[in-house]
Amino acid sequence: MAIAPQESAVKTGRVTRFVLYTVLIVFALFYLLPLFIMVINSLKPLGEITGGNMMALPQVWTWEPWAKAWSSAQVGVEPTGLKPYFWNSIKMVVPAVVISTMAGALNGYVLTKWRFRGDTIIFGLMLFSCFIPFQIVLIPMARILGLLGLSGSTTGLVLVHVVYGIGFSTLYFRNYYAAFPSELVRAAQIDGAGFFQIFWRILLPSSGPIIVVCVIWQFTNIWNDFLFGASFASGDGAPMTVALNNLVQSSTGVKEYNVHFAGAIMAALPTLVVYIVAGRYFVRGLMAGSVKG
Amino acid sequence: MAQPQTAPDARTRLQTLIPKLVLSPSVAAMVVFVYGFILFTVYVSFTDSRILPFVDAKGARSYDLIGLSNYAKLFKLSHWEIAITNLAVFATLYILICCAIGLLLAIFLDQKIRGEGLLRPIYLYPMALSFIVTGTAWKWFLDPGIGLENTMHLWGWTSFSFDWIKNRDYALYCLVIAAVWQSSGFVMAMFLAGLRGIDNEILKAAQMDGASNWQLYRRIIIPQLRPAFLSAFVILSHLAIKSYDLVIALTGGGPGRATELPATFMYSYTFSRNQMGIGAASAVIMLMTVAAIIVPYLYAELREKR
Repeated sequence: MAIAPQESAVKTGRVTRFVLYTVLIVFALFYLLPLFIMVINSLKPLGEITGGNMMALPQVWTWEPWAKAWSSAQVGVEPTGLKPYFWNSIKMVVPAVVISTMAGALNGYVLTKWRFRGDTIIFGLMLFSCFIPFQIVLIPMARILGLLGLSGSTTGLVLVHVVYGIGFSTLYFRNYYAAFPSELVRAAQIDGAGFFQIFWRILLPSSGPIIVVCVIWQFTNIWNDFLFGASFASGDGAPMTVALNNLVQSSTGVKEYNVHFAGAIMAALPTLVVYIVAGRYFVRGLMAGSVKG
Repeated sequence: MAQPQTAPDARTRLQTLIPKLVLSPSVAAMVVFVYGFILFTVYVSFTDSRILPFVDAKGARSYDLIGLSNYAKLFKLSHWEIAITNLAVFATLYILICCAIGLLLAIFLDQKIRGEGLLRPIYLYPMALSFIVTGTAWKWFLDPGIGLENTMHLWGWTSFSFDWIKNRDYALYCLVIAAVWQSSGFVMAMFLAGLRGIDNEILKAAQMDGASNWQLYRRIIIPQLRPAFLSAFVILSHLAIKSYDLVIALTGGGPGRATELPATFMYSYTFSRNQMGIGAASAVIMLMTVAAIIVPYLYAELREKR
């Protein structure tokens, strides 16, 4: 899905161009506004927010809200800060992304190069599972995690995210491998290469871009998940998003807005960094998830 | 693969079996965790279950089958009626405004804009953020005490009033603002991809015939974006139905029940109000709504490909 500029046939005059740029810049400011507010207010002492202007730059620059959000804010029972929850999220995201991506790659390979009767139906069922409202699985999932002894644990969340992540990763790899020349696969088969050899030697080496797309998509989705985290791991095993929400919604004591903002940036930073580094692939993933084919 | 060459028959048979073996764990997971769980939830919605687990210590069933009464009860609850009315208003505004902004930005960006490479990522970055993060940022920005209203007062516009987030009649629109902020850049990207896929020759020919820019867009370009509109509608509507995080972070469903949506309704009835049967029924309704939108779309997409 290339979005490269092309020679447009539409001609525009000078006044029109001025309007164009003004509108585009105003919208850019609108999109940047919340980020701007989060950043500047996370670097202010609390008094400057409650007694001052939210849009003003800090008069006294301080890292203290960041330090507090990270290591001493009251999130759960203990004043641990967000640090342990950040690591919970990392421990949840890394295995879940790796497993769901590998499974998706193999599934996509089978569904395009080893087709069998009914494969489209299986793919269709997988595809639908990407879009179900997850409320429909919360009750049985809570029960199963309880039976497996995984309630409240990071392992439980890994399981959940792998299971519901496979649909999308399969979609990515299937669409990508569908465009891969089947003649190469057939030729390798005639030469006596087996299932895994073909995958390993022929498809995988050219799968770089789609692996990046899939990893970024899964990473962003799983990191940002709130519903599963809140349902199955709301205590010490909670992921970052749940912890942030607990921090912001806690009704005890003074509302420390600057600490909330610092915490919000911490929760946003991993996906934001990925977006800045590999935004192109992120957009490709979004598009592949919507405009298939 | 490690199979000896001596038995070609066994080997070929294995080769045809391996792909299915590789696919089977995913299929099994899908059958159990997606479709099995859906059936389970449907079953729960036919019972008077209140909390998990459904068997007591002696292994006896702690619920009764009550048929469709949960659904009957559900649609008599004013709480549910509020949730679906809110969803209707929220989804309509969210989809319309996202499409309007997305289309506007895409068309504007498509005019050989200098700095497009800088603007596009700015429009799109909210999509990479968690709704809890954006909810937090918007919650305090829209808060009359410390946010926009306060800022305007300090800047000298003392009569300025913006307390929507605390106001029962307007809090839902705060949800729309934050959700539009999050998703409109994505819609822009979809439309932009559509615009860039249009054949320029047609446009040049139309121009030769004396068509103005306005006519060009109204008559030729926008009609050609139909697939992008359809995708945007499908994606945005299923996001709207699933909206949960944003409500929790921004308003918590309040003030009162002003921003309650089906997703928050389901969660509170299932896990905090001990009305699991009704919670399950509401989840089934949500699934059916999403299915009604997404199944025809997926069916059409998969058929085209054959």
